[in-house]
Parts: sequence; C-alpha cells; structure tokens
Amino acid sequence: MAFSGWRILREGLTGNKGWGPLWRTPEPRKAYDALIIGGGGHGLSTAYYLAKNHGMTRIAVLERGYLGGGNVGRNTTIVRANYFLPGNQEFYSHSLKLWEGMEADLNFNAMHSQRGLINLFHSDGQRDAFARRGNAMINQGDDAILLDREGVRELLPYLDFDNHRFPVYGGLLHPRGGTARHDAVAWGYARGADRLGVDLIQNCEVTGFTIAGGKVTGVETTRGPIAAPMVAMVVAGRSGQLAAKAGMRLPIESHVLQAFVTEGLKPVIDHVVSFGMGHFYISQSDKGGLVFGGDIDFYSSYAQRGNLPMMEHVMEAGMSLMPMIGKAKVLRSWGGIMDMTPDGSPIIDKTPVEGLFVDAGWNYGGFKAVPASGWCLAHLMATGDSHPVAARFRLDRFREGVLLDEEGTGAQHNLH
Amino acid sequence: MSGPMRLEKGGLIDRSREIRFQFDDQWMGGVAGDTLASALLANGVRLVGRSFKYHRPRGILTAGSEEPNALVEIGKAARRTPNVRATTQELYEGLYAVSQNRFPSLKWDLLEVNDLFAPFLGAGFYYKTFMWPRAFWERLYEPLIRRAAGLGALSKQTNPDHYEKAFAHCDLLVIGAGPTGLMAALTAARAGADVILADEGDRMGGRLLSETITLDGQPGPDWVAGVLAELQGMDNVRLMPRTTVTGAYDGGTFGAVERVGLHLSAPAADLPLECFWRITARRAILAAGALERPIAFRDNDRPGVMLASAVRSYVNRYAVAPGRKVAVFGTSDDAHRTVADLQAAGVEVVALIDARADATTTLDVPFYAGATVTGTEGRLGLRRITVTRAAGSRVIDADCLAISGGWNPTVHLTCHMNARPVWREDIAAFVPPEGAVPGLTPAGACASRFATTDCLGDGVAAATEALTALGAKVSPPDLPRTDDAAWRGAALWAVPGKGRAWLDFQNDVTVKDVQQAARENMVSVEHMKRYTTQGMAPDQGKNSNVAALAMLADVTGRAIPETGTTTFRPPYTPVAIATMGAGGQGAGFAPQRYMTSHDASVEKGAPMIEAGLWYRPSYFPRAGERTWREACDREVGHVRTAVGVCDVSTLGKIELHGPDAGRFLDLVYTNTFSTLAPGRTRYGLMLREDGHVMDDGTTACLAEGHYLMTTTTAAAGQVMRHLDFVQQVHAPGMAVRFTSVTEQWAQFAIAGPRALEVVNGFLDTPVDDAALPFMGNCAVTLGGIGGRLFRISFSGERGYELAVPARYGAALFRDLVARAEGLGGGAYGMEALNVLRIEKGFLTHAELHGRTTAFDLGLAKMVSAKKVCVGQRAAARPGLTGPDREQLVGLKPAGAVKQILAGAHLFAERAEAVRENDEGYVTSACYSPTLGTTLGLGFLRNGRARHGEVIRMVDHLRGVETLCEVCDPVFFDPEGGRARGETS
Amino acid sequence: MRIPCPLCGDRDRREFYYMGAAEALTAPPGPEAPPEVIDDQLHLRTNPAGETRDVWYHETGCGAWLIVTRDTVTHAVHGAVLAERRGTTA
Repeated sequence: MAFSGWRILREGLTGNKGWGPLWRTPEPRKAYDALIIGGGGHGLSTAYYLAKNHGMTRIAVLERGYLGGGNVGRNTTIVRANYFLPGNQEFYSHSLKLWEGMEADLNFNAMHSQRGLINLFHSDGQRDAFARRGNAMINQGDDAILLDREGVRELLPYLDFDNHRFPVYGGLLHPRGGTARHDAVAWGYARGADRLGVDLIQNCEVTGFTIAGGKVTGVETTRGPIAAPMVAMVVAGRSGQLAAKAGMRLPIESHVLQAFVTEGLKPVIDHVVSFGMGHFYISQSDKGGLVFGGDIDFYSSYAQRGNLPMMEHVMEAGMSLMPMIGKAKVLRSWGGIMDMTPDGSPIIDKTPVEGLFVDAGWNYGGFKAVPASGWCLAHLMATGDSHPVAARFRLDRFREGVLLDEEGTGAQHNLH
Repeated sequence: MSGPMRLEKGGLIDRSREIRFQFDDQWMGGVAGDTLASALLANGVRLVGRSFKYHRPRGILTAGSEEPNALVEIGKAARRTPNVRATTQELYEGLYAVSQNRFPSLKWDLLEVNDLFAPFLGAGFYYKTFMWPRAFWERLYEPLIRRAAGLGALSKQTNPDHYEKAFAHCDLLVIGAGPTGLMAALTAARAGADVILADEGDRMGGRLLSETITLDGQPGPDWVAGVLAELQGMDNVRLMPRTTVTGAYDGGTFGAVERVGLHLSAPAADLPLECFWRITARRAILAAGALERPIAFRDNDRPGVMLASAVRSYVNRYAVAPGRKVAVFGTSDDAHRTVADLQAAGVEVVALIDARADATTTLDVPFYAGATVTGTEGRLGLRRITVTRAAGSRVIDADCLAISGGWNPTVHLTCHMNARPVWREDIAAFVPPEGAVPGLTPAGACASRFATTDCLGDGVAAATEALTALGAKVSPPDLPRTDDAAWRGAALWAVPGKGRAWLDFQNDVTVKDVQQAARENMVSVEHMKRYTTQGMAPDQGKNSNVAALAMLADVTGRAIPETGTTTFRPPYTPVAIATMGAGGQGAGFAPQRYMTSHDASVEKGAPMIEAGLWYRPSYFPRAGERTWREACDREVGHVRTAVGVCDVSTLGKIELHGPDAGRFLDLVYTNTFSTLAPGRTRYGLMLREDGHVMDDGTTACLAEGHYLMTTTTAAAGQVMRHLDFVQQVHAPGMAVRFTSVTEQWAQFAIAGPRALEVVNGFLDTPVDDAALPFMGNCAVTLGGIGGRLFRISFSGERGYELAVPARYGAALFRDLVARAEGLGGGAYGMEALNVLRIEKGFLTHAELHGRTTAFDLGLAKMVSAKKVCVGQRAAARPGLTGPDREQLVGLKPAGAVKQILAGAHLFAERAEAVRENDEGYVTSACYSPTLGTTLGLGFLRNGRARHGEVIRMVDHLRGVETLCEVCDPVFFDPEGGRARGETS
Repeated sequence: MRIPCPLCGDRDRREFYYMGAAEALTAPPGPEAPPEVIDDQLHLRTNPAGETRDVWYHETGCGAWLIVTRDTVTHAVHGAVLAERRGTTA
C-alpha cells in the first residue's frame, strides 16, 4: 500500500479500517541466500539495499527483540556529514545524500529535517580545528560556513554571550545537518525491505554460528537452525558478544551513552547546537521536546542506563551555554550501548571466517550512518569488494596503524 | 471568600488566610493549604487546559503529580515556568497562572479544528504524508507541526533564579510519608538509625490526608501529626517534605528534588528555588503508594471527569465540591467510599455506577450495578453522562464524574535499574519484582498491599528487616488500629462502544489508535507505544500505560504477560534542567584557574583568554596601539632584541623522587634521561601507549634521584595520570614517587638578548654562562627566598625560567616586568609567545593533536633504540611511518597572496581543491615581524622530501588561496646559536 | 555508582577515572614484539556482558590505580585491589 495524503483522506473517511500491516510476520525458512543478524537501522537498511541494489531477495533479518529496538530507537536523532578525515568524509557524505532521497525512496516520512547544525568554538585553537574541518567538508562537496561570534548571535540569540565560562568565539554551520524521527527510519527500511520480499523475523535470537572449513554455513537460533552461505553481524552494542559466538574478539568495548528529553515546549531551538567544550548537544523535536545529550558515562556497560555524574554534567553544560532552558523539565532519560572502537570510527568488513561479515563499532555516531552503512555492507556482501566510500573501515586497521581518529584521543575505547 | 464551590467546613485548609491569585488574568481567591487546582475548583473553574494533539478542552483529572491535563504556565517574564501541574502547585499570594497550548483563548482555541480532522490524524499519520514536494517539509509542514505541537512556552530569557545541589548519606531512606512510610521511618528512627524521610507532598501523610479513615480512633491527619511530632524531635531523623525522589541509581544512590522556594510568593534571597539531592543510603524503603487508574469510555476526557481518589482529596483535604451534581463510576468499593464522603460533605450524588454486576450498596444513592458510562456531553465541561446497562441506556445530568478503575502500584523507582514489573492477575496490576533495586524494599501499596492496616504493618516489617540487615536491634512499634477494609474490586480497562475513548489524555491516544497500531502489525508493546506516542507525554504513561497494554492484549488476543510489560525510566516526575544543572550557569560550569600575575596583567590592560581552565594574557596593549597585532609585533620585538617576561606557571610541574627516577623516565620518555646529570635539563618526548605523541616538555635533574618534569598546560593532568599508571601497573618495582607541584611554584620566562641582566638583578648570587649554560638548571636565592632557575627557551632566544614559591609570584612578576621595561622590553602574552615559537618551529597542541607521531614531527631520532619505552612498539606499526604520512613542514607564501590560515588545506600546485587531492593542512600561522612575512606550520604528505616545492593552500571557508613554498619548520636561527648565547 | 578504594574506602564514582578493561596490562613491549601483542594490549577486548575486571584511577583521591571487579549488566561493584599488587592479591 503506497502512503500519501490521499490515502490518509480516504482511510479517514472510511473509519481507518483499511490500513494493512507495515510488514509481514513470516516464519523463518530453513535456508536463505543471506542472513542479517540485527533488525536495527543498519541491519534493516542492509537488507533493503541487498534487495533493491543487488536483487537479493531470499534473505532474512533476524532480530532477537523487536525491529528498531536498539540504538536506532534510542538516540538523539542527529544527521550530519561533518567529518574531516579522509575515509570518514566520503562515507558520511554519501550517507547524507542517501538521507536526502530516503523518504521518497521508501515512501515513508522519517521527518528528516535539515535545520542546520552548529558546532560552537571557544578559542582560536578550536577555531583553527573547525576551519580545518569545514574546509574538509567543502573539499568533499558538502556544505560548511564559518560563523564569527556575531554570526552565531544572529542564529542563536539565546546563548549566554555575556557571562559564560567559555565565551563563544564562533561556530561552524553545517546547513544540511539536522535531525530525523529515529523510529521512522527503522520502520521505513523495514517496510521497504518487506515489500521487496525480505523476511523480517522478530523474537529470534542467534545463539551460535555453524562454521565448516573456515566458512560460515548458517546460524543457530532460538527458533531453530537457519542455513545461509553469507551472514552479517549488524548488532552494534552487542557486537562483541555475538562475535564471541564465532570465536572472535573485536576491537570494541561497550559503553553507555545517556540522552534526555524534556516535556513538550513551543518552538524555541531551531537548529542542532553542539557545545564541544561542555560535551553537550541539543535540538528540539517536532513534538516540542528538547532532545539533548553529552558524553558517554565512561565505564564499560551493557545496562542501557547511566548514572548521575554524567547527567548532572550534561545539564550543567546546558545551563552554562543557554540558561534560557533552565525551566524546561527533563521528562525521561535513557541509555544506549555503544560499540566503542580504539579510534572512534566504525568497521564494515569481512572477517577471518569466510562468508561472515561484520558491521560494528559505530561509537555514538551510528544513526546518521544508517543508510550508507546498509548500502556499503550490501555492496560488500553482494560483490565481495568494499564499497569505495567504506574502504577504510577495515577490521585490521588497528593492528596496521591505519587509523581514523577524529578526536585524536588514541587507543582508549572510551575516549572517542 | 475563596470560591463558590468551597465547602462550609472541613478540610486541612486555613480559611483565615486568604490568598489572591490570577488564572488567565482573572483575579481569584483561595486559602492557605490550597493547591492551584483546588483553588480553581473552589472558584468553579473546570476548564484549565487543552490537549496536545486535538486541542480538546481539559480539566483537572487528579490531585497529584501524575496530572496529565491541568498543566499551566506559572510566573511572568524570565520567571515564566511552563507545564506546571496545577495539582501540586501550592497557592501563594499573587501567583500568576496562565493556561497553555491554546490560541487565542482557552475557551476559543483555533486549533480545536484538529479535533474535527481527527479521523485523518490517527496513529502515525505523519509517517504517511508530507513527503511531497520534498522542499516543503522544512519550509511548510514542519514549521506548522512544530507550532501546533509543544505545550507551554519557555520565556527565551536567561534563567534568573538560583538552584543548588547537595549530598546526603543515611542508613535508611524512606521514600513516601504515607501510612507505610511513616511507620517505616518511626520503626527505624526508634532503633537509632540515621533516617531520611522524603515525600513529594508539601504535607506529609499521603492518602491519610485525603481519606476519612481513622487510626486508633483519631482522624488520619491527627494521627499523622502525632507521628511527625515524634520524628521531628529526633536528631537521627531528617524530614524532607516537598522532596521527590526522582531516580534510583547504582550503589544505593538516589536523586531527589527538593522544592525550596516554588511555593512562596517571595522566596528568600539566600535560598535556592530548588535543590537537587544525591542521597546515598545503605538501605531504602519505597513507600510510594499507588495511583488510581482511569477507565476508557467514549469522551471520557471532558473537564469534570475526575479520578475518584482525587474527588475525595478535593472534598476531604481541600473542602472543595468538585461539582454540584456528581456521578461516580467505578469497579471497586472505592466508588462507594467516594459516594459516602461526598454525601457526608453535603454534595449531591446523582448516580453510583458500579461495573460489577453483583455489587450492592446500603448508601442512599441512585445505584446502577453492572452498568457502565458509555458517553458524555458538554463542550467545555461535563453536563451529562450516558449510563448503560443490559436493560438499556439513560442520560443523567452531572457536572462531575468520579471514575475509579482500580490501582496501579507506584513501581516506577523499581524499574529504574532495568527490572521489569511482574503482572499479578489477582489484583490486575503490575507489582515490583524481588531485588529490582539492590537495597530497596517496596512496601505498602506500591507492593500491592492496598488496605491501610496492611500498609502500616508492612512499613514496620520492611524497616525491621532493613535495620536488622544493618545490624541494628529493632523493637517494632505497636500498630494503630484502623477502620479501613481490604480492597475489593475488578478490572475494567475500557468500555466497549463507538466513538473515541481516551487512554493517554495528554497525547490524545485513544483505544482506536491502539487498535489501528495492531492492525498495522505494531503488536510489540514498544512498537505500539512509539507508533501511537502512548505514554510519551508529561505523565509518562502513569495514568494510561497499563490500560493501553491491556487494550493491545485484547486486540491481539493475548494475555497481558504475553503481550509485554511496562517500564519507567527516571525521573519519576520531570526535573528542571536548572535544578539538575545547578551551578553550571554563568562562570560556574568549570573551575577558573588564575596565575599569580593575573591582577598585574589585568591592570596592564591585557585581555585574559581561556587556556584550558586557566586564564592567560593575550597581549599587553600600550598607548597608541590600535590592534592586537601592533602589540604582538612589539612584544616579539622585545624578545628578539631586548628582553620579554612571560608567566609560564600554567605548565604542569611534576617532581619525581627516588633512586629509580631516572630509569623510570627512560620508560616514559622516548629519549634517555638516566644519563642526565644534576644541574642539567633535557627536552623530552612522551608517547601514549598507542605510539602517538602525548606530550613534550623539559625535565630537569635537580639532584641525584630528584627530577622536575614540565608538561604542557593542557596535558598536565593526563601526564600525571599516565606516570602513576606506568609506575603502578607496568613498573611497580621501581622506587619512584611523583608529586604535582604546578600550583606551588610561580614560574616566569625571561627571554631575549638582555635576559641575563634582568635575572641577575634579582639573584643574591648572579649567574653566568659558565655557571648556568644552555639547558642547565640551578637552585638560586632571591633576597633569601629559595628559587629555581632553568636555562631553557621556548622563543629561541637566550632564555631563563625563574621559579619561586607561588606566594611571591605576584610581586616578582611586577618587578621582572618593570626591570624588563627599563631595558627596552616588557611583558609578552600568548600571541607573541605563539609567534616566537612558530618562528622557531616549536610545537604546541595545534601540532600535537593526538594523531601525530614522532616520525610525523621529524623527531624519530629522539626515539632511542637502546631501550624500551611506552609506545615505542606501537609507533612502529606500518601505518604510522612512511611517505604516505603527513609530515611537519614550514610554509612560506610564494605567490601574490601572502596570507596563510590555520585550518586551510594543502594541495599540489595545479590540483583541484577536492578531497581526493587533499595532501595536508595548516596547523599554525602567524605574521612574523622578525622575518617580515607570514609563516605557517602544517602537515603535508611526505612533506620532508618536498622542501622547496610550491604548493597550493586553499581555505574555502574564508575564500583565501595562497601559493606556498614548503620549507623546514624552523624559520629562524636554525642553528640555535641565539638560545645558547653564542649569537644575538 | 560507588567504588571501594582499598586505601580510602567506598567513594562516589565521580572521584575516579576509568581507563578500560584489565585484560592485557603487559609491560611496554620491545621493538621485536609481534603485532599481536600490540593488538591485544590496545584494541581487542573480551568485552563481557557480566562480570568484568577493569582499570580505574582514584584521580581526585589517593592516586591509586585499581583493578575493579564489576558487572557490566547490573553495575554491581564486587571489589577492588591496587593495580600494583594485582599479581599477588587479584
């Protein structure tokens, strides 16, 4: 069923009885051409692009819980392409382009809103670093504008320009950066993949791999064994645990990242604002809640919840930067499990087991990568070669020292 | 007069203290003890808000913090606070409240039109439309949606109020001061434990303040007063009313918000508005009670429809009649109790509707057993209800309908650490699982023991168990006798029928929405919630989650436990960002570190700029200078031709003591320090374990087994941590200890050809080049004060760093500057410091940005192959060396444009400025007055092999493009003779 | 979260700095060490969901590096020993 304003009108007039399922609930088959483990944003987009770009439709997505229940449903929804290291630049640039055509492609409104993202800087040194970044973005063909203090004041008059611990020197504006409705991205890809014949199998946990002669031949699941010559692990947050079932250790440590949303408010923040000095970023959802977050809690965790020190730090940073939000009340806080890598960049690669692929290590930047991650993993699975924009996301780059460390904090997983 | 609906007598209000307040610019009267909600009801105001999506008229549903409808803005201008629950806001003189989410007025709201379009605005409608044309989303659809959405509005002005944070520790934290909590606190307090009793209400007592139950023959409130009086008299008890425990965290830590000034018309100037508490408790008892649940039926959301427990609160506690003709609809004996209380207060009850077919009553009231309410009328307030039985329907005039669908235990805090509540079919409710939060015991109604008698006993039992576990001796107090009966009722989630029946009042989620979500295969609870927005509103599903789950179970033909469970995340009730972020506003966000020379620099007019947490002078302007550049050029000139003085105290200073200190330095530095003789100083390079450069700086050997290490300002903490790590983890056998002495010493660089003249002017025993050659150090005295003198240079000139105990810093700086000025020099700031070091190709964190290696910096020869050091092996990975690496180079303008900008990228001379051709970038740039040209430092692919090549520098952002010549990064005095004092 | 520092007693998490898993705390390897040594030390992690041992620094306390035994799922903290004595007591 195609969605449109007309369809809504027709259904509304006939009691909304005609809406069908967004996707089927199939029983798992005995064998597929490929299996995607993980029904999150990345897994669903991988399935969608395998079917759409490569004509592979005998494939299944295995999800141990419900579709979109991982980090795609618990993030701060920021979509941007403002990286500065070659290797990251071309990938996120490609992803943003996919975002821009996604809704038409999927016939599903993910409310992708290119409202502009502003990274603030607070010293000459930070300005130089952001200039390097902005120039890299333009070199890549994306957009960036360097704002001085007055330029920032024009866009964000509510910042505390007078009495601020770290005065605002200026900002880097990324006009095409913005937000999207996170759940809708997962649902849109799920519906899209389903319509192309992909089996989306929920409540199906992978408990083991079957590997023979160095090749993967299928998986064991809570709903029985399923055979396939190609299996992809797309379970960021749980990558280490899943890879252990295939006898691998990954360069990943799991950490908790908290996020917060306030009660609904009339429009007050029109951009995505990032305050690097305070590790604070914020935007306002279309429903009116201020959605904001900060740094990870810093200790390894699978708990999907955090503690007070980081919460308080995030709110203190908010009060420091924009004290007009003080009387907004935080309605809910939550945490997601982050696959933290030693250089802060992800992995899309083959593994030493033939036919077994890994898409992992998204740190806390996985949401914006949803389209390109699926696009590139599908390419790798279908063709056997890395997609050119994801060629640097190799599993062995740490051992080789070919790193993509945007933060410059080095091989300590929690510092990225 | 406090309103036409105020009852003649009764209540816990003080009729003698009248309070005037405004609602939507209408002045009204209330009395002390009122909430805004009770005062509005007393004044006959039923319409107080509009719903989120359909802008339906809404009234007051509850008498507590779970209120979904009666949200208002309080205060004016910068103090305007949106989304305040009228049901918990205590009334104060002059309180200014305004309804929200309506235009132009509460009665006539234009967006009420949404209600007419409701068939097109059902669950998830926005995912299916607004996609075409694409550009219209940001320009048209989204702005319209954003404007319609949201509830209250922020003032957009800087928050003018003061907030605080505090820590507290106790043996036992009791959360909730109803019958359970009071008995728990009393039990523990009498056993001598440190007890904190926190309750979200302004008055402790919980439901006992709102019911007509007696304890030991006393009215509930009187019994409460007696217990509180005893607790108040005990030193080991802290009573915290108006304090909501908002979250349960690890290690027995709880977050709590205390409302300190929000109930006052003139809060004391020295008190915060709210205080955020971090309470660490050895044990805790959750006595949070239970929340009554509504029933879904057609048009159940009109103003005048109210929870039965709230009706009893308004009648019994606030002495307000919630209506003139009240109907009561319920599934339990609570409905009957409500009728009795209303009648006792003289309020007319027009119908008692009990969904249980076998219900009976002795009350004198029109009674409908086995009946349900199937509809309501009244645009802005309830006027009539339709009651339906098997026999048929009848319409009854009523302006208030009390509804009672049973109780949900307040399990919220027990969910905060991921435990999922457990369904109990016998009471049709979720209860907390065992051990949900370590150390926290749910007791009383939140543990599903609803009768007051059971609550009292449960409080004693829980406290006894907790205290015994802590090793205390407990003698349980006697339990008061009550006249409260066990709870009897049945579950009724929704009345079947046509029309819209609301589950989530705030977000306008109806039974139909849940059904539609299920039709679209959103059958996981999480999918249903996210698709319909059920439970996402300010009440976070407190009033509706369980019913919505039951509806989903119903429509999918599953039992509730199969369908799923409900969960709650912190905070229990919303917490203001200002409260949890107390202290962050203004300068409080991060510590401010000042050098001893700070005041002197400010007096000289120097702009102070942030350097990490420190403040350092940017430059020292002199009369006639119009730009910072003029001052900077002059200061550079001072150093190159005469003498300059600069406070360098912010650099980290770490003393190392011990016989193995030299060997230890060999382990943490790439180069060798064990051979460094006393009185000598060496530049060192330190790597992270992953082989990248962590920091650089000089380390002086002060004496055998005694070294002083200098770090960069930014890395001082990181280096200290690293040294401790390497010693304790990698080399625990080495006898060496470290002490940070950064703040103990004030240290000043004196640099320039005449530096020695300045220095010797202060020393009791002057030094010369023989006594203190380049890279030497020695102990000195200045007027008898012990100091340290280092012959090191970050400017390339003859340079000294003179350190004195910090308390002499301020005086010494003034004197040094005066002496330098007398010799044609003066103080220099960060700008000049930067120019001087760029001219010499010295590094800062612009170059040491965490991605660079010794190889990249041209310092590979500093990595000694004769010993093992931290990071050495990792730095030898193939990706970290070789011609593909970007290497440090100097850049000089080679074309017509003379500008070099840090942050610009580098390309081959004829290459297009795109990512594929990117060969590097500029890290630092300045105008060099010494060389009369712009200079840059940067990293260029295979740069060391490209000296002499002309390349292209492009800065798209600032529209600058320059041809540059690649050169050695040391632009000035490459032989270093000036620093050694051989040339000048 | 509270960490039991063997020298200072139970302290709030905010006094501590977390570094990472305590699984390859080998002394700095020499130039001849195979690449796997670096990979183990710096990158590869068992990353258990459950009990783990990791390295913390009592940064605003006594300056001791600790090996903390902890649960990554429940956040329960089971104990801590001084890193410098881990060989004998951990």
